[in-house]
Amino acid sequence: MHKVIIPIGPQHPALKEPESFRIQLSGERITGFSVKLGYNHRGIEKACEERTYLQDVYLTERICGICSHAHSTAFTQAVEEIAALAVPKRALYIRTLIGELERIHSHLLWLGVAGHEIGFDTLLMYTWRDREVVMDILATTTGNRVNYGINTIGGVRRDISLAQVKDILKAVDILEERTKYYIDISTKETTMIKRLSGVGVLSHKDAVRLGAVGPTGRASGVDRDVRRDDPYAAYGELDFNVITDDHCDVYGRAVVRLKELMESYRLIRQILKNMPEGPIAVKAPRKIPAGEAVSRYEAPRGEDVHYVKSNGTDKPERVKVRAPTLANVQTVAKMLEDGQLADLPIVIAAIDPCFSCTDRLISIKDTKSKKTNILMWDDLHSYSVKWYRDKGIDFTKLNRKLQGKMS
Amino acid sequence: MIAAFFNLLIFPGFLFLAIFGLAAEYIDRIIYARLQNRMGPPWFQPLADLIKLIAKEDVIPCEANPRMFKMMPILALTAAVTASFYIPLWGERALFSFNGDLVVVLYLLTIPTLTFFLGGWYSTSLFSKIGAMRAITQLFAYEVPLFICILAPALLANTWSLSEMAAFYAAHPFYWTFNLIGFGVALIAMLGKLEKVPFDIPEAETEIVAGTFTEYSGKLLGFFKLAIDVEAVVGASLLAAVFLPFGYGIGSYLGFVIYVAKVLFIICLLALSRTIFARLRIDQMMEFCWKYVAPLAFVQLVIDLALKGVLIR
Repeated sequence: MHKVIIPIGPQHPALKEPESFRIQLSGERITGFSVKLGYNHRGIEKACEERTYLQDVYLTERICGICSHAHSTAFTQAVEEIAALAVPKRALYIRTLIGELERIHSHLLWLGVAGHEIGFDTLLMYTWRDREVVMDILATTTGNRVNYGINTIGGVRRDISLAQVKDILKAVDILEERTKYYIDISTKETTMIKRLSGVGVLSHKDAVRLGAVGPTGRASGVDRDVRRDDPYAAYGELDFNVITDDHCDVYGRAVVRLKELMESYRLIRQILKNMPEGPIAVKAPRKIPAGEAVSRYEAPRGEDVHYVKSNGTDKPERVKVRAPTLANVQTVAKMLEDGQLADLPIVIAAIDPCFSCTDRLISIKDTKSKKTNILMWDDLHSYSVKWYRDKGIDFTKLNRKLQGKMS
Repeated sequence: MIAAFFNLLIFPGFLFLAIFGLAAEYIDRIIYARLQNRMGPPWFQPLADLIKLIAKEDVIPCEANPRMFKMMPILALTAAVTASFYIPLWGERALFSFNGDLVVVLYLLTIPTLTFFLGGWYSTSLFSKIGAMRAITQLFAYEVPLFICILAPALLANTWSLSEMAAFYAAHPFYWTFNLIGFGVALIAMLGKLEKVPFDIPEAETEIVAGTFTEYSGKLLGFFKLAIDVEAVVGASLLAAVFLPFGYGIGSYLGFVIYVAKVLFIICLLALSRTIFARLRIDQMMEFCWKYVAPLAFVQLVIDLALKGVLIR
């Protein structure tokens, strides 16, 4: 059969976010693969420089819809380090608690998506129903199902009451029982094992070479977890195991995530038992002294890195975010070598991608001259003005009028 | 003349099968939903879907061959409806019958899959073409076991006419229990024929959008969907006639109820299997069908041949 190139994306039922994969196929076999990101660039890093630190906490929270707490915690940790704030113990415990609840909801969500990608919709319906338990707990403790808004610079905004502790413990019991059931299904159901094992193999060597992080790396035996290697928040005082697996395939990644769920339940019980009394926040200065810091956080998808540089004003000089998907996306090409078209959706889904968190830049390619150029902020501004003028829309007058009113 | 038209168009022809097909789709969807802990659709949902599709505009891709593109859904529907005329539904006699109609029914039930292939191929979209290739690949995997396991009971009955088969099994009650392996094989083959999980490979949503049906819209898609619904009840009727041949000759009303119950039982089994399995890959499907299902069909054939030597002399 002759070779064909099929486009998966930017719009495709297998993908939840716009990104483009071009697959070269020979029959059902994949012979070539290329990724194109950049459909979802939102300019968040630049926007952070235009806002105060406190506003940025909420903005960074919106980098990702699923691991929102990961991003806001990573950002606040960096700022707190620059400002040398001593965050109260209780606040750190609450942050850890929300972080683990978030991991549970993210991993359950992943399991459902994985089920859907291999045509096992029943698993999707079941896991997403059970995920509601943890979503409800997040909503009652923080006020929101996602984008919890619990972090603030110097601590957290809401305390956990005794009644809430009871609710959380009850929910964790339910979830633990359900997770055991899912572990049972995933390790025993024949068609599911057939679709998962031996698919998307990433050897230990390749995982290290390509810098895979999180469950993707741990399923290939890369024993790395920021929670243990560089403890932040309350993780240094808690006892937990880092789950690794040597299956090196999609099945291994599923096992790692399911076992991590069990660890999260253990962690939550410890957190609620050991949570110290005391204040939940210290007052943070409006202006942060000049300095820079790098903060690492083990998000559900892997290591999330934030870099913040301050210049002594109330706005950061530079914020840089490295979302875990950026570290993992290169591994997909390796996993798909000699793969089948049918395995493509589950292999992409197995790194638990979050493409809109990853997009940091748009490069513009001229398809004729093959030249690539990158637009800077001012270029982008003048480009947009020109684009509207060409369309016959001119904001110059309105702009002058508005500026006249303001002054 | 009028009676013939009534039979063709209304009962047990097109209209009855369409309504029964839509009802079966509803049963399938509600069971699927309840097993997944969902509410499921209201009873009129399949009909509402059909009306909506028929009211919509047909979009035919510029590259596609318009004649073939338009013909395929109608052909699929016609073939599925025609097959029902040779299957004994609630009496021992079908509407029409002759010696060899079993082969004709199997042939007519293969035509919808061929139209999926041709429809996908002529719509020229990449996703459709891959879906079409998968449909035809899958056809070879399940069709052979299906033919063998349906011909085995016919061998025991010593006839190739479905009506005479029904008469034979009615005359020898409990002989149908010898054919249970064949029933299992036929159910697996039906999953492949109707493109349901775990064999929905030709229309795997997360891989190739909708496979064959990617470019279809409006009335044409509506006809395809209706053809699949009708194919489901006609296929289930065939399975009921061949493998569950009991409850004949107890009056038409009770016979009709038993017939509907048998078809719905088969539809329920199909819905159950699509709830509890994940979709297989095409290579795994081929392997499964040739390694396990085809030998099982041969086992059924051997059982029937042996029984024929023992029971009927």
